[in-house]
Amino acid sequence: MIDLLQSLIDGLGRGSIYALLALGIAVIFGVMHMVNFAHGELITVGAYVAFAVVVTAGWAWWAAAPLIFVAAVGTSVAIEFVAFRWVRGSSDFTMLLTSFAVHFLVQAIFVMTMGASVRSFPRPDWADRVWSVGDLNIQVIDVVVIGATAATMAVTVYLLQRTMFGISLRAAAEDFDAARLMGVRSNKVIRQAFILAGALAGIAAIFFLMRTGQARPTTGLSPLLKGILAAIIGGLGNMQGAVYGGLLLGVSEVLLRSWLPEDLVGITDGVVFALIALFFIFRPQGLLNVRSAERV
Amino acid sequence: MLDISGLTTRYGAISALRRVSLSVGANEVVGLIGPNGAGKTTLLNTVAGLLRPAEGEVSLDGRPVTGYSPDRMLRAGLALVPEHRRLFAQMTVVENLRIGGVTSAADERSERLDEMVELFPVLKDKWATAAGYLSGGEAQQLAIARALMSSPRIVLMDEPSLGLAPVLVDFVFDLIGRLRTEGRTMLVVEQNATRLLEVADRAYVLRTGEIAAEGPAADLLAREDLFDTFVGVSDRSDSPDPEQA
Repeated sequence: MIDLLQSLIDGLGRGSIYALLALGIAVIFGVMHMVNFAHGELITVGAYVAFAVVVTAGWAWWAAAPLIFVAAVGTSVAIEFVAFRWVRGSSDFTMLLTSFAVHFLVQAIFVMTMGASVRSFPRPDWADRVWSVGDLNIQVIDVVVIGATAATMAVTVYLLQRTMFGISLRAAAEDFDAARLMGVRSNKVIRQAFILAGALAGIAAIFFLMRTGQARPTTGLSPLLKGILAAIIGGLGNMQGAVYGGLLLGVSEVLLRSWLPEDLVGITDGVVFALIALFFIFRPQGLLNVRSAERV
Repeated sequence: MLDISGLTTRYGAISALRRVSLSVGANEVVGLIGPNGAGKTTLLNTVAGLLRPAEGEVSLDGRPVTGYSPDRMLRAGLALVPEHRRLFAQMTVVENLRIGGVTSAADERSERLDEMVELFPVLKDKWATAAGYLSGGEAQQLAIARALMSSPRIVLMDEPSLGLAPVLVDFVFDLIGRLRTEGRTMLVVEQNATRLLEVADRAYVLRTGEIAAEGPAADLLAREDLFDTFVGVSDRSDSPDPEQA
């Protein structure tokens, strides 16, 4: 029981980062009908910003974190303006290819300017601290990540449910043309979607980088894939489902790692993917339906 | 108010509308009737900015608005109640109404919400219900209320009675009549020609993308040949279109 609880806490810590990324991916998918493979680059940019300010400038993490956040939001907006705005309205295939192009282009820019090697930076001192509660050993960073994710989700839910920004975004995600007929400006709502997705990725980046303490051109790739997978599990385009998908993925990973024999731990990701494939055989629409049928 | 001149809209090589010209005056209800595939929905979608015209001009109060995007057209004062309503099914009734007033200031939006409740009392009882769970009649009322939330100077309605039970069809045409009495300006597309002509001031008959006839609604209603030739005999009857029942 204690082991299960321990895995659950560890899994929620890990899954929280996936959930934040998946929510951003779901937001973009909602308004553009595109899986944004460039979303992971927001973490990569954040990683090099962290390296620059923590190592080169010697900043403390509390000062670096807001800069990582701003860098992710800025990069997200810039990617929309430079790349996606010009292919909007094109086929889904064209937009998907554009997102791949941005993904590889950003990687190439970092390889050319920073090199392919790993740049390490110190992690915050408190990140490795462990609180012992009875037989449970809880990593402080897990508690912080879970708490920060819960707070972020609460703010996001408020924005999406209570503000005209959120209502416009949800309307555009459900039926873009109908939203335009109501007066929602396409440029504005898409830019806002990229700002929100960038903000969510920025928060995810802060905690992901606090855990890893590394920057390399492919830093964002693994979290990106997990984020996309979580968004798909949740029912692509479903924001609530994306969050559940992320948490489920994180918990599943940790549980599998604890259950698999030690010499098979390396295939955890493969087993997770196989389980997800199995899940989709029985529930192809994901955890939650994207649309409910309209009664007439 | 709304002037359309020589409007042509193409889907690839096919011209769905060919040099269509029509006008809607202030406080006037104008009907647009015609058989399936005549280009009625294409015309409304082109005017509302969902489709780009290949030729022709659209002006609103004398101001050219040709090729405006849908959101810009709404800001110019033209709202569309689209075919099949296109409500935001996952959003609640009040959220659908609020999005209808997205271009207005918060206090103005709040006032309009009160007005819509007065005009469509049934919506108040369904305030927090997702639009996808409304009945056909409720959904149609919501679609019209949502369009009115922006206080448009002209409302375009595409097949407002489509898919409704006969009793609800009556309700929709009564509603159009009420809105007409209030002095609203409307361009209404309907398959149910007889019912529309009963509430409209004037009407146009669209056939294979071209205006085939026009005139006061009462005159068109009296023309047997018009229904036989252009609209279809079934539309002359008082019963709703079998497809819509």
